Amino acid sequence: MYRYIKQLTSLLAVFAVLFSFANEAMAAKKSKTLKNTIKKGFVRCGVSQGLPGFSNADASGNWTGVDVDVCRAVAAAVLGDASKVKFTPLSAKERFTALISGEIDILSRNTTWTLSRDADIGLTFVGVNFYDGQGFMVRRDSGITSTSQFKSGLSACVNIGTTTELNMRDFFTSKGISYEPVVFEKADEVVAAYDSGRCDTYTTDKSGLAAQRTKMKDPDAHIVLPETISKEPLGPVVRQGDSVWEDIVRWSLNVMIEAEEYGIDSSNASAMKSSENPQIKRLVGAEGELGAALGIGNDWSYNIITQVGNYGESYKRNIADTGILPDRGPNELWTKGGILYVAPAR
Amino acid sequence: MDIKNTTKGFTNFFSGSSTFGKYFPQILTVFFIIFIFGYFTYNAQVNMDNRGIDFGLRFLGEEASFDIQFSLIEYSGASSYARAYLVGVLNTILVAVIGIFFATILGVVIGISRLSSNYLIAKVAEWYIEIFRNIPLLLQLFFWYFAALRALPLPKEAINFFDTAYLSVKGLYIPKFVWTNFDIFFYSIIASIVAIIFVFKYAKNQQEQTGRRIPSFFISFGIIVLLPLLTFLIGGVSLSFEYPVLTQLSKTIFNYIGGVAIIPELMALALALSLYTATFIAECVRAGIMGVTKGQKEAAASIGLTPGQVLRLVVMPQALRIIIPPTTNQYLNLTKNSSLAAAIAYPDLVLVFAGTAMMQTGRAIEIVSITMLTYLSLSIAISIFMNWYNKKIAIKEK
Repeated sequence: MYRYIKQLTSLLAVFAVLFSFANEAMAAKKSKTLKNTIKKGFVRCGVSQGLPGFSNADASGNWTGVDVDVCRAVAAAVLGDASKVKFTPLSAKERFTALISGEIDILSRNTTWTLSRDADIGLTFVGVNFYDGQGFMVRRDSGITSTSQFKSGLSACVNIGTTTELNMRDFFTSKGISYEPVVFEKADEVVAAYDSGRCDTYTTDKSGLAAQRTKMKDPDAHIVLPETISKEPLGPVVRQGDSVWEDIVRWSLNVMIEAEEYGIDSSNASAMKSSENPQIKRLVGAEGELGAALGIGNDWSYNIITQVGNYGESYKRNIADTGILPDRGPNELWTKGGILYVAPAR
Repeated sequence: MDIKNTTKGFTNFFSGSSTFGKYFPQILTVFFIIFIFGYFTYNAQVNMDNRGIDFGLRFLGEEASFDIQFSLIEYSGASSYARAYLVGVLNTILVAVIGIFFATILGVVIGISRLSSNYLIAKVAEWYIEIFRNIPLLLQLFFWYFAALRALPLPKEAINFFDTAYLSVKGLYIPKFVWTNFDIFFYSIIASIVAIIFVFKYAKNQQEQTGRRIPSFFISFGIIVLLPLLTFLIGGVSLSFEYPVLTQLSKTIFNYIGGVAIIPELMALALALSLYTATFIAECVRAGIMGVTKGQKEAAASIGLTPGQVLRLVVMPQALRIIIPPTTNQYLNLTKNSSLAAAIAYPDLVLVFAGTAMMQTGRAIEIVSITMLTYLSLSIAISIFMNWYNKKIAIKEK
């Protein structure tokens, strides 16, 4: 009993000190999450239970995907080794609790950035690594080619605890269509229910539809309808209250995107160290003290680019080459007609 | 050292031979509980403050903005979270009531069958119990939902029951009762029940005083059929049916519209819960019947009661005293097991409130607490009712 009281008082003392005297520079050294991560030697990352292209484990347990690459980038930045990540597969329902309770330090699990999530429940979204929108999948032989052909009486399979569940209601209600929502906890169960004919349509983010379609028995028997019914900016999330950790995750992602913008990739990064362009030199750590501002080593961005690659490489490897979404659409750089536009790392 | 004396002293100390010894352990326990509870509350508070989470129930009044597949009350996405909670609670109660109803009937039948002198019936009952009791409930649930009910045909080729009910992968569609002046019909039912209670009281009195037996069962049957029937003829009550109609939604998508849809999730859950719990109730019933001494049955038979009367008048009233307490446990188990609904998308309390609502609001601590309190209240309500019933049927010592 005495021990608990002692622990409690010392804990309180630590927080009292933190809150009364903390300034930016001290916080940089005292980020609890950063300190713990360095101590443990790995980044604790929450991912999906298997969504090809975003976070998916192969037979031997290796995780790949664009969401996975965000965590790998943070590991490369903080620990200098992109492989030092412990992945925790989470259902949509579990994900925020796992992050808030401290089971994981980054949630990189195709999670939509919304106001209520950002402001209300102790989370902070650090950026967008995939611009998505919700769509519908139907069986090709149903003859439906557009959501305008939807009629009252349809049943729709959906994942629990997603923005999808809410958008679906907005969509059907605004069109005056009554429908039956069938809500499952696991994405696999949703797909199985749709596949068996329990539901007439399956709705989730379009990237998710494209990815799940590749997993189906006969992918060609299903089509994704052209309409997009919502904005779904997907991105990594961290706990509220550790602004240093938040910055590290945000800029790890930004560096991947900016590296692509400046044409730096995993193969030419070391050659770029002798570039004429100061911004390129800053991005590969040959100039400036960007790492120090974040409280990590100055080779952080170089490690990200060489070990994980730039955003374009990550997209090509995980989403384009696997046939999920060969066309980058809005996820192209702003200089090439997309909307990927990040604040400059300088 | 004399161990015997030491233990004796110890026992005396705690069993209240001194005033201090009488109250000390109780005071200690109370302090211990307060400390543990206080510590966890404080700890949660500190951690929540650190992470910028506030605690409150204001969210219950906010718009839920999600739809629920199946609801007993009026609900739409524009309703509040409190309303969504109510939908979840009612759906949980619905499946628990259906489960308890069928589990009890099946359990009693199987339990009596196991004691049957007919070898085949007894063996079938025994095998049923051994199989269903020893497979985990969740697996049975998966079997019924993912294997059995998913194998049903699509609505277009639905199994047709006399053109009134249709069974398909999307559920069982049955006609909907459309009443006019339902309240008059309802009052007539209540009046019949009151009348039947009087008939039974009168019959019992007559038998005790004069020994004359009045066929109260047939009279009651007459009342409950005739009185409501009368309301149709002169009370302006009428009943029509709204049949489910197969409707084409697209080239290959068909669905039944109209009538009442019993969703496959509800069917699978009710089926799994009642088949599983019935095995335990059957064993309670068997234990109860075997707990009545053989002499009672022989004495009853020797005064000329038929085997049916022996079971109904002598064995069952005594057996019930043994059956009710463990059966109460089974009812509680069934109610709590209904939370497995979340695994197969039946919109019960766990799926709707501790699932969707928790995800959309992020208020894990509040919602999990409310959910636990709800299950606790449901269980306590069942316990209180069953204890009351148990007291009522207990042998009244005079």
